[in-house]
Amino acid sequence: MATTTSRRAAYEQARKRRSIAVATVSSLIVVTAIVLIVPNMPRWDRVRHSFFNGERFRDSLPHLLRAFVLDIKIFAWSAPLILVFAMLVAMARNSRSPALFPLRALTIAYTDIMRGVPVILWIYLIGFGVPGLGMDRPWNSPLLWGSVALVLTYSSNVAVVWRAGIESVHESQRAAARSLGLSNWQTMRFVIIPQAVRRVVPPLMNDLVSLQKDVALVSLIGPIEILRQAGIDKSKFANFTPFIGAAVIFLCITIPLTRTTDYLIERERRRTTGTKVR
Amino acid sequence: MSNIKLSLRNLTKAYGSHVVLNDISLDIAEGSVVTLIGPSGSGKSTLLRCLNLLEPIDDGEIHLDGVDISLPGLDANPIRRRIGMVFQNFNLFPHMSVMENIILSPTRTLGVNKALATTKARELLERFGLGDKADSYPDQLSGGQQQRVAIVRALAIEPEVLLLDEITSSLDPELVGEVLDVVRELKASGMTLVLATHEMGFARDTSDVVCVLDGGRIIERGHPSQVFTAPTSDRAQQFLQSIINSGRL
Repeated sequence: MATTTSRRAAYEQARKRRSIAVATVSSLIVVTAIVLIVPNMPRWDRVRHSFFNGERFRDSLPHLLRAFVLDIKIFAWSAPLILVFAMLVAMARNSRSPALFPLRALTIAYTDIMRGVPVILWIYLIGFGVPGLGMDRPWNSPLLWGSVALVLTYSSNVAVVWRAGIESVHESQRAAARSLGLSNWQTMRFVIIPQAVRRVVPPLMNDLVSLQKDVALVSLIGPIEILRQAGIDKSKFANFTPFIGAAVIFLCITIPLTRTTDYLIERERRRTTGTKVR
Repeated sequence: MSNIKLSLRNLTKAYGSHVVLNDISLDIAEGSVVTLIGPSGSGKSTLLRCLNLLEPIDDGEIHLDGVDISLPGLDANPIRRRIGMVFQNFNLFPHMSVMENIILSPTRTLGVNKALATTKARELLERFGLGDKADSYPDQLSGGQQQRVAIVRALAIEPEVLLLDEITSSLDPELVGEVLDVVRELKASGMTLVLATHEMGFARDTSDVVCVLDGGRIIERGHPSQVFTAPTSDRAQQFLQSIINSGRL
Protein backbone atom coordinates (compact mmCIF):
# COMPACT_ATOMS: atom_id res chain seq x y z
CA MET A 1 0.00 0.00 0.00
CA ALA A 2 1.50 3.32 -1.05
CA THR A 3 1.70 5.94 1.70
CA THR A 4 2.14 8.97 -0.54
CA THR A 5 -0.64 10.05 -2.90
CA SER A 6 0.03 9.34 -6.53
CA ARG A 7 0.59 12.19 -8.95
CA ARG A 8 -2.73 11.40 -10.62
CA ALA A 9 -4.68 11.37 -7.32
CA ALA A 10 -3.17 14.69 -6.22
CA TYR A 11 -4.17 16.27 -9.52
CA GLU A 12 -7.72 14.88 -9.29
CA GLN A 13 -8.08 16.18 -5.73
CA ALA A 14 -6.98 19.68 -6.66
CA ARG A 15 -9.38 19.70 -9.56
CA LYS A 16 -12.24 18.49 -7.38
CA ARG A 17 -11.59 21.20 -4.75
CA ARG A 18 -11.65 23.81 -7.47
CA SER A 19 -14.98 22.58 -8.95
CA ILE A 20 -16.58 22.56 -5.50
CA ALA A 21 -15.44 26.15 -4.91
CA VAL A 22 -16.83 27.31 -8.26
CA ALA A 23 -20.16 25.51 -7.69
CA THR A 24 -20.55 26.97 -4.20
CA VAL A 25 -19.88 30.53 -5.30
CA SER A 26 -22.19 30.38 -8.31
CA SER A 27 -25.04 28.85 -6.27
CA LEU A 28 -24.66 31.52 -3.62
CA ILE A 29 -24.88 34.26 -6.24
CA VAL A 30 -28.08 32.82 -7.77
CA VAL A 31 -29.81 32.26 -4.40
CA THR A 32 -28.84 35.69 -3.13
CA ALA A 33 -30.15 37.29 -6.28
CA ILE A 34 -33.52 35.56 -5.93
CA VAL A 35 -33.81 36.32 -2.20
CA LEU A 36 -32.88 39.96 -2.71
CA ILE A 37 -34.69 40.74 -5.94
CA VAL A 38 -38.03 38.92 -5.78
CA PRO A 39 -39.22 40.25 -2.38
CA ASN A 40 -38.30 43.75 -3.52
CA MET A 41 -40.60 43.62 -6.53
CA PRO A 42 -43.37 46.21 -6.17
CA ARG A 43 -46.28 43.78 -5.70
CA TRP A 44 -44.54 40.83 -4.06
CA ASP A 45 -46.79 41.08 -0.99
CA ARG A 46 -49.90 40.60 -3.12
CA VAL A 47 -48.43 37.65 -4.95
CA ARG A 48 -47.29 36.02 -1.75
CA HIS A 49 -50.73 36.45 -0.27
CA SER A 50 -52.64 35.04 -3.22
CA PHE A 51 -50.26 32.25 -4.37
CA PHE A 52 -48.31 31.22 -1.28
CA ASN A 53 -50.94 31.44 1.40
CA GLY A 54 -50.25 28.81 4.07
CA GLU A 55 -53.76 28.88 5.48
CA ARG A 56 -55.45 28.48 2.09
CA PHE A 57 -52.98 25.73 1.26
CA ARG A 58 -54.00 23.77 4.35
CA ASP A 59 -57.70 24.39 3.67
CA SER A 60 -57.65 23.17 0.08
CA LEU A 61 -55.20 20.27 0.41
CA PRO A 62 -57.81 17.68 1.56
CA HIS A 63 -60.15 18.60 -1.33
CA LEU A 64 -57.28 18.43 -3.78
CA LEU A 65 -56.09 15.06 -2.57
CA ARG A 66 -59.62 13.66 -2.75
CA ALA A 67 -59.98 14.97 -6.33
CA PHE A 68 -56.54 13.62 -7.24
CA VAL A 69 -57.87 10.10 -6.71
CA LEU A 70 -59.83 10.58 -9.94
CA ASP A 71 -56.61 11.55 -11.79
CA ILE A 72 -54.99 8.39 -10.53
CA LYS A 73 -57.99 6.33 -11.58
CA ILE A 74 -57.98 7.76 -15.11
CA PHE A 75 -54.25 7.10 -15.31
CA ALA A 76 -54.63 3.60 -13.91
CA TRP A 77 -57.13 2.45 -16.49
CA SER A 78 -55.72 4.42 -19.44
CA ALA A 79 -52.05 3.38 -19.10
CA PRO A 80 -52.50 -0.41 -19.52
CA LEU A 81 -54.95 0.13 -22.40
CA ILE A 82 -52.42 2.43 -24.07
CA LEU A 83 -49.57 -0.06 -23.72
CA VAL A 84 -51.62 -2.93 -25.16
CA PHE A 85 -53.37 -1.00 -27.92
CA ALA A 86 -50.10 0.65 -28.99
CA MET A 87 -48.41 -2.76 -29.17
CA LEU A 88 -51.18 -4.02 -31.45
CA VAL A 89 -50.78 -0.95 -33.66
CA ALA A 90 -46.99 -1.41 -33.78
CA MET A 91 -47.34 -5.08 -34.69
CA ALA A 92 -49.89 -4.35 -37.39
CA ARG A 93 -47.58 -1.68 -38.75
CA ASN A 94 -44.66 -4.14 -38.81
CA SER A 95 -46.62 -7.01 -40.34
CA ARG A 96 -45.18 -8.37 -43.57
CA SER A 97 -48.07 -10.21 -45.13
CA PRO A 98 -49.41 -8.53 -48.28
CA ALA A 99 -52.94 -9.48 -47.19
CA LEU A 100 -52.58 -7.11 -44.24
CA PHE A 101 -51.85 -4.09 -46.42
CA PRO A 102 -55.16 -2.34 -45.57
CA LEU A 103 -54.40 -2.77 -41.85
CA ARG A 104 -50.93 -1.29 -42.33
CA ALA A 105 -52.33 1.66 -44.24
CA LEU A 106 -54.91 2.20 -41.50
CA THR A 107 -52.28 2.26 -38.76
CA ILE A 108 -50.20 4.77 -40.71
CA ALA A 109 -53.20 7.04 -41.12
CA TYR A 110 -54.09 6.58 -37.44
CA THR A 111 -50.63 7.53 -36.13
CA ASP A 112 -50.34 10.49 -38.49
CA ILE A 113 -53.72 11.93 -37.58
CA MET A 114 -53.47 11.32 -33.83
CA ARG A 115 -49.95 12.62 -33.51
CA GLY A 116 -50.62 15.62 -35.69
CA VAL A 117 -53.35 17.21 -33.52
CA PRO A 118 -52.90 18.52 -29.94
CA VAL A 119 -54.15 16.19 -27.20
CA ILE A 120 -56.43 18.86 -25.82
CA LEU A 121 -58.21 19.19 -29.15
CA TRP A 122 -58.89 15.45 -29.27
CA ILE A 123 -60.27 15.60 -25.74
CA TYR A 124 -62.69 18.31 -26.80
CA LEU A 125 -63.67 16.61 -30.05
CA ILE A 126 -64.16 13.12 -28.65
CA GLY A 127 -65.29 14.18 -25.16
CA PHE A 128 -68.04 16.49 -26.40
CA GLY A 129 -68.64 14.96 -29.82
CA VAL A 130 -69.34 11.33 -29.05
CA PRO A 131 -71.70 11.90 -26.08
CA GLY A 132 -73.50 14.29 -28.42
CA LEU A 133 -74.71 11.25 -30.36
CA GLY A 134 -77.32 10.85 -27.62
CA MET A 135 -76.37 7.49 -26.13
CA ASP A 136 -77.80 6.54 -22.73
CA ARG A 137 -75.83 6.38 -19.52
CA PRO A 138 -73.14 5.26 -18.91
CA TRP A 139 -72.16 5.64 -22.57
CA ASN A 140 -72.49 9.41 -22.56
CA SER A 141 -70.00 10.00 -19.73
CA PRO A 142 -67.39 12.65 -20.49
CA LEU A 143 -65.09 10.74 -18.15
CA LEU A 144 -65.32 7.70 -20.43
CA TRP A 145 -64.79 9.60 -23.67
CA GLY A 146 -62.11 11.83 -22.21
CA SER A 147 -60.21 8.67 -21.28
CA VAL A 148 -60.79 7.24 -24.74
CA ALA A 149 -59.29 10.40 -26.23
CA LEU A 150 -56.24 10.01 -23.99
CA VAL A 151 -55.86 6.35 -24.92
CA LEU A 152 -56.11 7.06 -28.65
CA THR A 153 -53.67 9.98 -28.66
CA TYR A 154 -51.12 8.42 -26.36
CA SER A 155 -51.27 5.07 -28.14
CA SER A 156 -50.17 6.70 -31.37
CA ASN A 157 -47.00 7.94 -29.64
CA VAL A 158 -46.37 4.77 -27.71
CA ALA A 159 -46.86 2.70 -30.88
CA VAL A 160 -43.94 4.56 -32.42
CA VAL A 161 -41.82 3.70 -29.37
CA TRP A 162 -42.84 0.02 -29.49
CA ARG A 163 -42.07 -0.09 -33.15
CA ALA A 164 -38.61 1.39 -32.69
CA GLY A 165 -38.00 -1.24 -30.02
CA ILE A 166 -39.11 -4.08 -32.29
CA GLU A 167 -36.92 -2.83 -35.11
CA SER A 168 -33.91 -2.42 -32.82
CA VAL A 169 -33.71 -6.19 -32.36
CA HIS A 170 -31.16 -7.47 -34.83
CA GLU A 171 -32.40 -9.41 -37.85
CA SER A 172 -30.11 -12.32 -36.92
CA GLN A 173 -32.31 -12.99 -33.89
CA ARG A 174 -35.25 -13.48 -36.23
CA ALA A 175 -33.15 -15.73 -38.46
CA ALA A 176 -32.13 -17.88 -35.48
CA ALA A 177 -35.72 -18.20 -34.29
CA ARG A 178 -37.07 -19.06 -37.73
CA SER A 179 -34.27 -21.59 -38.30
CA LEU A 180 -35.51 -23.37 -35.17
CA GLY A 181 -38.90 -23.76 -36.81
CA LEU A 182 -40.70 -21.06 -34.84
CA SER A 183 -43.54 -19.39 -36.73
CA ASN A 184 -43.54 -15.67 -37.42
CA TRP A 185 -45.91 -15.07 -34.50
CA GLN A 186 -43.91 -17.27 -32.09
CA THR A 187 -40.74 -15.44 -33.13
CA MET A 188 -42.40 -12.13 -32.26
CA ARG A 189 -43.84 -13.34 -28.99
CA PHE A 190 -40.87 -15.23 -27.52
CA VAL A 191 -37.82 -13.65 -29.14
CA ILE A 192 -38.42 -10.17 -30.55
CA ILE A 193 -40.95 -8.53 -28.21
CA PRO A 194 -39.29 -9.52 -24.90
CA GLN A 195 -36.05 -7.92 -26.10
CA ALA A 196 -37.85 -4.88 -27.51
CA VAL A 197 -39.71 -4.26 -24.24
CA ARG A 198 -36.48 -4.17 -22.23
CA ARG A 199 -34.99 -1.61 -24.56
CA VAL A 200 -37.91 0.81 -24.61
CA VAL A 201 -38.78 0.89 -20.91
CA PRO A 202 -37.07 4.29 -20.39
CA PRO A 203 -38.81 6.12 -23.27
CA LEU A 204 -42.10 4.48 -22.26
CA MET A 205 -41.70 5.82 -18.73
CA ASN A 206 -41.29 9.29 -20.23
CA ASP A 207 -44.60 8.92 -22.01
CA LEU A 208 -46.27 7.68 -18.84
CA VAL A 209 -45.02 10.70 -16.89
CA SER A 210 -46.53 12.95 -19.57
CA LEU A 211 -49.77 10.98 -19.39
CA GLN A 212 -49.93 11.44 -15.62
CA LYS A 213 -49.90 15.21 -16.20
CA ASP A 214 -52.16 15.26 -19.23
CA VAL A 215 -54.88 13.45 -17.30
CA ALA A 216 -55.66 16.92 -15.92
CA LEU A 217 -56.79 17.98 -19.41
CA VAL A 218 -59.87 15.77 -19.00
CA SER A 219 -61.12 18.38 -16.49
CA LEU A 220 -61.86 20.66 -19.44
CA ILE A 221 -64.86 18.56 -20.43
CA GLY A 222 -66.35 18.26 -16.94
CA PRO A 223 -65.03 15.67 -14.51
CA ILE A 224 -63.95 17.14 -11.19
CA GLU A 225 -60.36 16.02 -10.91
CA ILE A 226 -57.58 17.91 -9.20
CA LEU A 227 -57.20 20.80 -11.64
CA ARG A 228 -60.93 21.52 -11.70
CA GLN A 229 -61.11 21.17 -7.90
CA ALA A 230 -58.27 23.67 -7.61
CA GLY A 231 -60.28 26.03 -9.82
CA ILE A 232 -63.34 25.62 -7.59
CA ASP A 233 -61.31 26.31 -4.45
CA LYS A 234 -59.69 29.28 -6.14
CA SER A 235 -63.10 30.82 -6.74
CA LYS A 236 -64.30 29.98 -3.23
CA PHE A 237 -61.27 31.49 -1.46
CA ALA A 238 -60.59 34.16 -4.09
CA ASN A 239 -57.01 32.90 -3.87
CA PHE A 240 -54.67 31.10 -6.27
CA THR A 241 -52.90 28.99 -3.64
CA PRO A 242 -54.93 25.84 -4.52
CA PHE A 243 -53.16 25.77 -7.89
CA ILE A 244 -49.82 25.71 -6.08
CA GLY A 245 -51.23 22.87 -3.98
CA ALA A 246 -52.18 20.96 -7.14
CA ALA A 247 -48.70 21.53 -8.57
CA VAL A 248 -47.09 20.20 -5.39
CA ILE A 249 -49.24 17.05 -5.50
CA PHE A 250 -48.30 16.43 -9.16
CA LEU A 251 -44.63 16.86 -8.32
CA CYS A 252 -44.88 14.27 -5.55
CA ILE A 253 -45.79 11.74 -8.24
CA THR A 254 -43.79 12.91 -11.26
CA ILE A 255 -40.41 13.57 -9.63
CA PRO A 256 -39.95 9.99 -8.34
CA LEU A 257 -41.13 8.73 -11.75
CA THR A 258 -38.67 10.87 -13.71
CA ARG A 259 -35.80 9.99 -11.35
CA THR A 260 -36.58 6.31 -11.87
CA THR A 261 -36.65 6.87 -15.64
CA ASP A 262 -33.27 8.58 -15.56
CA TYR A 263 -31.87 5.71 -13.53
CA LEU A 264 -33.21 3.18 -16.05
CA ILE A 265 -31.83 5.15 -19.00
CA GLU A 266 -28.42 5.33 -17.32
CA ARG A 267 -28.46 1.60 -16.58
CA GLU A 268 -29.41 0.75 -20.17
CA ARG A 269 -26.70 3.10 -21.45
CA ARG A 270 -24.07 1.51 -19.25
CA ARG A 271 -25.14 -1.94 -20.34
CA THR A 272 -25.01 -1.19 -24.07
CA THR A 273 -22.29 1.38 -24.69
CA GLY A 274 -19.25 0.14 -22.78
CA THR A 275 -16.56 2.09 -20.97
CA LYS A 276 -17.02 5.82 -20.61
CA VAL A 277 -14.43 8.08 -22.25
CA ARG A 278 -13.48 11.32 -20.54
CA MET B 1 -23.91 -46.13 -51.91
CA SER B 2 -25.85 -44.46 -49.13
CA ASN B 3 -29.10 -42.56 -49.54
CA ILE B 4 -29.17 -39.06 -50.90
CA LYS B 5 -30.44 -36.91 -48.03
CA LEU B 6 -30.40 -33.50 -49.64
CA SER B 7 -30.33 -32.82 -53.34
CA LEU B 8 -29.82 -29.40 -54.91
CA ARG B 9 -30.84 -29.11 -58.54
CA ASN B 10 -29.87 -26.11 -60.65
CA LEU B 11 -30.31 -23.77 -57.73
CA THR B 12 -30.24 -20.08 -58.67
CA LYS B 13 -30.56 -17.03 -56.50
CA ALA B 14 -30.12 -13.34 -57.29
CA TYR B 15 -30.50 -10.09 -55.41
CA GLY B 16 -31.76 -7.78 -58.11
CA SER B 17 -29.31 -8.15 -60.97
CA HIS B 18 -26.58 -9.54 -58.73
CA VAL B 19 -26.47 -13.33 -59.14
CA VAL B 20 -25.38 -14.89 -55.84
CA LEU B 21 -25.93 -18.54 -56.65
CA ASN B 22 -25.62 -19.67 -60.22
CA ASP B 23 -26.96 -23.07 -61.28
CA ILE B 24 -25.78 -25.06 -58.27
CA SER B 25 -26.37 -28.81 -58.32
CA LEU B 26 -25.15 -31.02 -55.49
CA ASP B 27 -26.14 -34.32 -53.91
CA ILE B 28 -25.50 -34.73 -50.20
CA ALA B 29 -25.44 -38.31 -48.94
CA GLU B 30 -26.96 -39.23 -45.60
CA GLY B 31 -24.35 -39.13 -42.83
CA SER B 32 -21.77 -37.33 -44.95
CA VAL B 33 -19.90 -34.11 -44.24
CA VAL B 34 -19.97 -31.63 -47.12
CA THR B 35 -17.77 -28.57 -46.78
CA LEU B 36 -18.13 -25.34 -48.74
CA ILE B 37 -14.98 -23.27 -49.09
CA GLY B 38 -14.19 -20.27 -51.21
CA PRO B 39 -13.46 -16.55 -50.97
CA SER B 40 -15.77 -14.17 -49.09
CA GLY B 41 -18.82 -13.33 -51.14
CA SER B 42 -18.64 -16.55 -53.14
CA GLY B 43 -22.12 -17.57 -51.97
CA LYS B 44 -21.38 -20.09 -49.18
CA SER B 45 -23.59 -18.44 -46.56
CA THR B 46 -26.37 -17.68 -48.99
CA LEU B 47 -26.41 -21.32 -50.06
CA LEU B 48 -26.80 -22.46 -46.46
CA ARG B 49 -29.54 -19.91 -45.82
CA CYS B 50 -31.37 -21.15 -48.90
CA LEU B 51 -31.14 -24.74 -47.68
CA ASN B 52 -32.76 -23.63 -44.40
CA LEU B 53 -35.43 -21.79 -46.42
CA LEU B 54 -34.48 -18.51 -44.76
CA GLU B 55 -33.96 -17.16 -48.27
CA PRO B 56 -36.31 -18.10 -51.10
CA ILE B 57 -34.54 -19.42 -54.18
CA ASP B 58 -35.38 -18.00 -57.60
CA ASP B 59 -34.97 -21.13 -59.65
CA GLY B 60 -34.13 -24.78 -59.26
CA GLU B 61 -35.22 -27.25 -56.61
CA ILE B 62 -34.12 -28.49 -53.21
CA HIS B 63 -35.11 -32.06 -52.37
CA LEU B 64 -35.09 -33.48 -48.86
CA ASP B 65 -35.46 -37.28 -48.89
CA GLY B 66 -36.65 -36.95 -52.47
CA VAL B 67 -39.39 -34.43 -51.70
CA ASP B 68 -39.22 -30.94 -53.15
CA ILE B 69 -39.07 -28.54 -50.20
CA SER B 70 -38.47 -25.43 -52.27
CA LEU B 71 -41.97 -25.21 -53.73
CA PRO B 72 -43.13 -21.62 -53.34
CA GLY B 73 -45.96 -21.38 -50.82
CA LEU B 74 -44.95 -24.45 -48.85
CA ASP B 75 -45.09 -24.05 -45.05
CA ALA B 76 -41.41 -23.74 -44.19
CA ASN B 77 -41.69 -24.22 -40.41
CA PRO B 78 -42.01 -28.04 -40.30
CA ILE B 79 -39.16 -28.34 -42.81
CA ARG B 80 -36.86 -26.06 -40.82
CA ARG B 81 -37.33 -28.37 -37.85
CA ARG B 82 -35.73 -31.13 -39.91
CA ILE B 83 -32.79 -28.94 -40.98
CA GLY B 84 -30.97 -27.24 -38.11
CA MET B 85 -28.71 -24.25 -38.54
CA VAL B 86 -25.88 -22.70 -36.53
CA PHE B 87 -24.68 -19.17 -37.27
CA GLN B 88 -21.36 -17.37 -37.30
CA ASN B 89 -22.39 -15.03 -34.47
CA PHE B 90 -24.15 -17.69 -32.40
CA ASN B 91 -27.44 -15.72 -32.36
CA LEU B 92 -28.38 -16.99 -28.92
CA PHE B 93 -31.39 -15.24 -27.39
CA PRO B 94 -29.77 -12.91 -24.84
CA HIS B 95 -32.86 -12.59 -22.63
CA MET B 96 -33.09 -16.32 -22.03
CA SER B 97 -30.90 -18.66 -20.02
CA VAL B 98 -29.03 -21.44 -21.78
CA MET B 99 -31.77 -23.91 -20.82
CA GLU B 100 -34.56 -21.61 -22.04
CA ASN B 101 -32.72 -21.09 -25.34
CA ILE B 102 -32.52 -24.83 -25.86
CA ILE B 103 -36.06 -25.87 -24.90
CA LEU B 104 -37.86 -22.96 -26.60
CA SER B 105 -38.39 -24.67 -29.93
CA PRO B 106 -39.00 -28.25 -28.63
CA THR B 107 -41.68 -27.06 -26.21
CA ARG B 108 -43.31 -24.49 -28.48
CA THR B 109 -43.14 -26.11 -31.89
CA LEU B 110 -42.83 -29.84 -31.25
CA GLY B 111 -45.17 -29.88 -28.26
CA VAL B 112 -42.66 -31.74 -26.07
CA ASN B 113 -43.54 -31.24 -22.41
CA LYS B 114 -41.18 -29.05 -20.45
CA ALA B 115 -39.85 -31.74 -18.10
CA LEU B 116 -38.91 -34.05 -20.95
CA ALA B 117 -37.37 -31.23 -23.00
CA THR B 118 -35.32 -30.18 -19.97
CA THR B 119 -34.06 -33.71 -19.37
CA LYS B 120 -33.03 -34.07 -22.99
CA ALA B 121 -31.38 -30.66 -22.98
CA ARG B 122 -29.38 -31.63 -19.88
CA GLU B 123 -28.16 -34.77 -21.60
CA LEU B 124 -27.03 -32.74 -24.62
CA LEU B 125 -25.31 -30.14 -22.44
CA GLU B 126 -23.47 -32.90 -20.53
CA ARG B 127 -22.43 -34.52 -23.76
CA PHE B 128 -20.80 -31.32 -24.96
CA GLY B 129 -19.18 -30.39 -21.65
CA LEU B 130 -21.67 -27.67 -20.73
CA GLY B 131 -23.43 -29.46 -17.87
CA ASP B 132 -22.89 -26.61 -15.41
CA LYS B 133 -24.06 -23.85 -17.78
CA ALA B 134 -27.80 -24.55 -17.95
CA ASP B 135 -28.75 -21.55 -15.82
CA SER B 136 -26.17 -19.13 -17.24
CA TYR B 137 -27.10 -16.36 -19.62
CA PRO B 138 -25.33 -16.10 -23.00
CA ASP B 139 -23.34 -12.98 -22.06
CA GLN B 140 -21.79 -14.89 -19.14
CA LEU B 141 -20.24 -17.46 -21.48
CA SER B 142 -17.12 -17.41 -23.63
CA GLY B 143 -17.53 -17.36 -27.40
CA GLY B 144 -16.67 -21.04 -27.64
CA GLN B 145 -19.22 -21.94 -24.99
CA GLN B 146 -21.87 -19.79 -26.67
CA GLN B 147 -21.28 -21.51 -29.97
CA ARG B 148 -21.50 -24.95 -28.38
CA VAL B 149 -24.78 -23.90 -26.75
CA ALA B 150 -26.01 -22.77 -30.17
CA ILE B 151 -25.15 -26.20 -31.55
CA VAL B 152 -26.99 -27.89 -28.69
CA ARG B 153 -29.98 -25.63 -29.32
CA ALA B 154 -30.04 -26.69 -32.96
CA LEU B 155 -29.67 -30.36 -31.99
CA ALA B 156 -32.53 -30.17 -29.49
CA ILE B 157 -35.08 -30.20 -32.31
CA GLU B 158 -33.46 -33.44 -33.51
CA PRO B 159 -32.77 -32.31 -37.06
CA GLU B 160 -31.82 -34.72 -39.83
CA VAL B 161 -29.34 -32.29 -41.35
CA LEU B 162 -27.26 -29.62 -39.63
CA LEU B 163 -26.03 -26.52 -41.47
CA LEU B 164 -23.00 -24.80 -39.95
CA ASP B 165 -22.33 -21.30 -41.27
CA GLU B 166 -18.71 -20.30 -40.50
CA ILE B 167 -19.28 -21.24 -36.90
CA THR B 168 -15.68 -20.61 -35.84
CA SER B 169 -15.10 -17.36 -37.74
CA SER B 170 -15.93 -15.00 -34.87
CA LEU B 171 -14.10 -16.99 -32.19
CA ASP B 172 -10.75 -16.22 -30.59
CA PRO B 173 -8.15 -18.62 -32.03
CA GLU B 174 -7.74 -20.58 -28.80
CA LEU B 175 -11.50 -21.30 -28.69
CA VAL B 176 -11.80 -22.69 -32.22
CA GLY B 177 -10.63 -26.16 -31.19
CA GLU B 178 -13.40 -26.85 -28.68
CA VAL B 179 -16.07 -26.05 -31.29
CA LEU B 180 -14.41 -28.13 -34.00
CA ASP B 181 -14.26 -31.05 -31.54
CA VAL B 182 -18.04 -30.84 -31.30
CA VAL B 183 -18.34 -31.00 -35.07
CA ARG B 184 -16.07 -34.07 -35.19
CA GLU B 185 -18.26 -35.74 -32.61
CA LEU B 186 -21.38 -34.94 -34.65
CA LYS B 187 -19.75 -36.50 -37.69
CA ALA B 188 -18.89 -39.60 -35.66
CA SER B 189 -22.53 -39.84 -34.54
CA GLY B 190 -23.62 -40.01 -38.18
CA MET B 191 -25.24 -36.58 -38.52
CA THR B 192 -25.44 -35.17 -42.05
CA LEU B 193 -23.47 -31.92 -41.99
CA VAL B 194 -23.16 -29.10 -44.50
CA LEU B 195 -20.69 -26.47 -43.43
CA ALA B 196 -19.12 -23.30 -44.73
CA THR B 197 -15.72 -22.65 -43.24
CA HIS B 198 -12.38 -20.94 -43.54
CA GLU B 199 -10.68 -23.63 -41.40
CA MET B 200 -8.89 -25.39 -44.26
CA GLY B 201 -7.05 -27.95 -42.15
CA PHE B 202 -10.32 -28.99 -40.57
CA ALA B 203 -12.04 -29.11 -43.97
CA ARG B 204 -9.29 -31.36 -45.32
CA ASP B 205 -9.33 -33.76 -42.38
CA THR B 206 -13.05 -34.03 -41.68
CA SER B 207 -14.96 -33.64 -44.96
CA ASP B 208 -16.22 -36.38 -47.22
CA VAL B 209 -16.78 -33.88 -50.01
CA VAL B 210 -15.28 -30.42 -50.45
CA CYS B 211 -16.84 -27.86 -52.80
CA VAL B 212 -14.97 -24.74 -53.82
CA LEU B 213 -17.37 -21.90 -54.56
CA ASP B 214 -16.53 -18.81 -56.56
CA GLY B 215 -18.90 -16.21 -57.94
CA GLY B 216 -21.92 -18.31 -57.01
CA ARG B 217 -20.73 -21.46 -58.82
CA ILE B 218 -19.19 -24.67 -57.61
CA ILE B 219 -15.89 -24.56 -59.48
CA GLU B 220 -14.35 -27.63 -57.93
CA ARG B 221 -15.70 -30.58 -56.00
CA GLY B 222 -14.48 -33.90 -54.77
CA HIS B 223 -12.77 -35.74 -51.96
CA PRO B 224 -10.52 -33.38 -49.96
CA SER B 225 -7.41 -35.38 -50.89
CA GLN B 226 -8.07 -34.54 -54.53
CA VAL B 227 -9.39 -30.98 -54.15
CA PHE B 228 -6.60 -29.83 -51.86
CA THR B 229 -3.73 -31.47 -53.72
CA ALA B 230 -4.74 -31.59 -57.36
CA PRO B 231 -7.49 -29.09 -58.17
CA THR B 232 -8.43 -29.14 -61.82
CA SER B 233 -9.65 -25.57 -62.41
CA ASP B 234 -7.29 -22.58 -62.53
CA ARG B 235 -9.45 -20.49 -60.22
CA ALA B 236 -9.54 -23.20 -57.56
CA GLN B 237 -5.79 -23.61 -57.87
CA GLN B 238 -5.33 -19.87 -57.34
CA PHE B 239 -7.62 -19.85 -54.30
CA LEU B 240 -5.92 -22.82 -52.66
CA GLN B 241 -2.46 -21.44 -53.47
CA SER B 242 -3.36 -18.14 -51.74
CA ILE B 243 -4.44 -20.08 -48.68
CA ILE B 244 -1.29 -22.12 -48.62
CA ASN B 245 0.79 -18.96 -49.06
CA SER B 246 -0.96 -17.28 -46.13
CA GLY B 247 0.00 -20.23 -43.97
CA ARG B 248 -3.52 -21.44 -43.28
CA LEU B 249 -3.05 -24.93 -44.61
